[in-house]
Amino acid sequence: MSVDVPELRVTPDRYLTYRYAGASGDFNPIHIDEEFARQVGLPGRILHGLYTMAQVARAQTEAAGGPDRLRSLSVQFRGMGLPEKEIVVRTTVREERGGAIIVDAVAEQDGKQIIRNASAELSSS
Amino acid sequence: MPVKTDAIGKTFPPVTYAVGREKIREFALAVGETDPLHLDVDAARAAGHRDVVAPPMFAVVYSAPAVGPGIFDPDVGINFAMMVHGGQEFRWGPLVVAGGEVTTTASVKDISERDGMGFYVFESRSLDQDGQEVCVGTWTNIVRGV
Repeated sequence: MSVDVPELRVTPDRYLTYRYAGASGDFNPIHIDEEFARQVGLPGRILHGLYTMAQVARAQTEAAGGPDRLRSLSVQFRGMGLPEKEIVVRTTVREERGGAIIVDAVAEQDGKQIIRNASAELSSS
Repeated sequence: MPVKTDAIGKTFPPVTYAVGREKIREFALAVGETDPLHLDVDAARAAGHRDVVAPPMFAVVYSAPAVGPGIFDPDVGINFAMMVHGGQEFRWGPLVVAGGEVTTTASVKDISERDGMGFYVFESRSLDQDGQEVCVGTWTNIVRGV
């Protein structure tokens, strides 16, 4: 089986960090308190890294045909993601061995990587 | 000051999480999932599942409560104000479905220091109600200025 993982583009809206905080249980104020975020030197509320990781995961499950196809995903978080800016997840197939497909991925915003060295294992059936 | 490494191997109490249908939907909608397996009970049942299926990254929801105490444990000694989430890995087993229970045990896998930064690596192991391993997580937190 050959797989091609299309680019995933998503723009988290202004209130996404609040919904993800509620959904995930991560209420760190750097994600939900504009004033606090600025006080600690950030440009404003930042995206949860695990939200961005979920976009990398979604790119894989949508391409591979369902949630059971994603066997593993590992990422490094770099920089910071911001609401109201488009995230682009790019994936390239590294190798296919046995029933598994190994892919590499990055997530970018404004041309800067916010997730790098991501690697996933997908099952082909 | 070198980082303390005594806590390597320390294991924290298991946490059991009851997986609910509406929580799966809430999470799936927050991360932009459109697969009806996560949102529509009838579609999930038609595909042979008991109820809606958790997206893989729902692992955060059921395993983070087990990892949290380690981050604030004085034996581990993380300076939370200087901590960033450096990396994350999940390896998944069978799908998690609404109505199930997942029990997660977290431990300190490694503590090391490099270039003035502390690397605190936790492992979480999550089993479903039948004892099947549904997810193993590796959580890397980086503390600047150790």
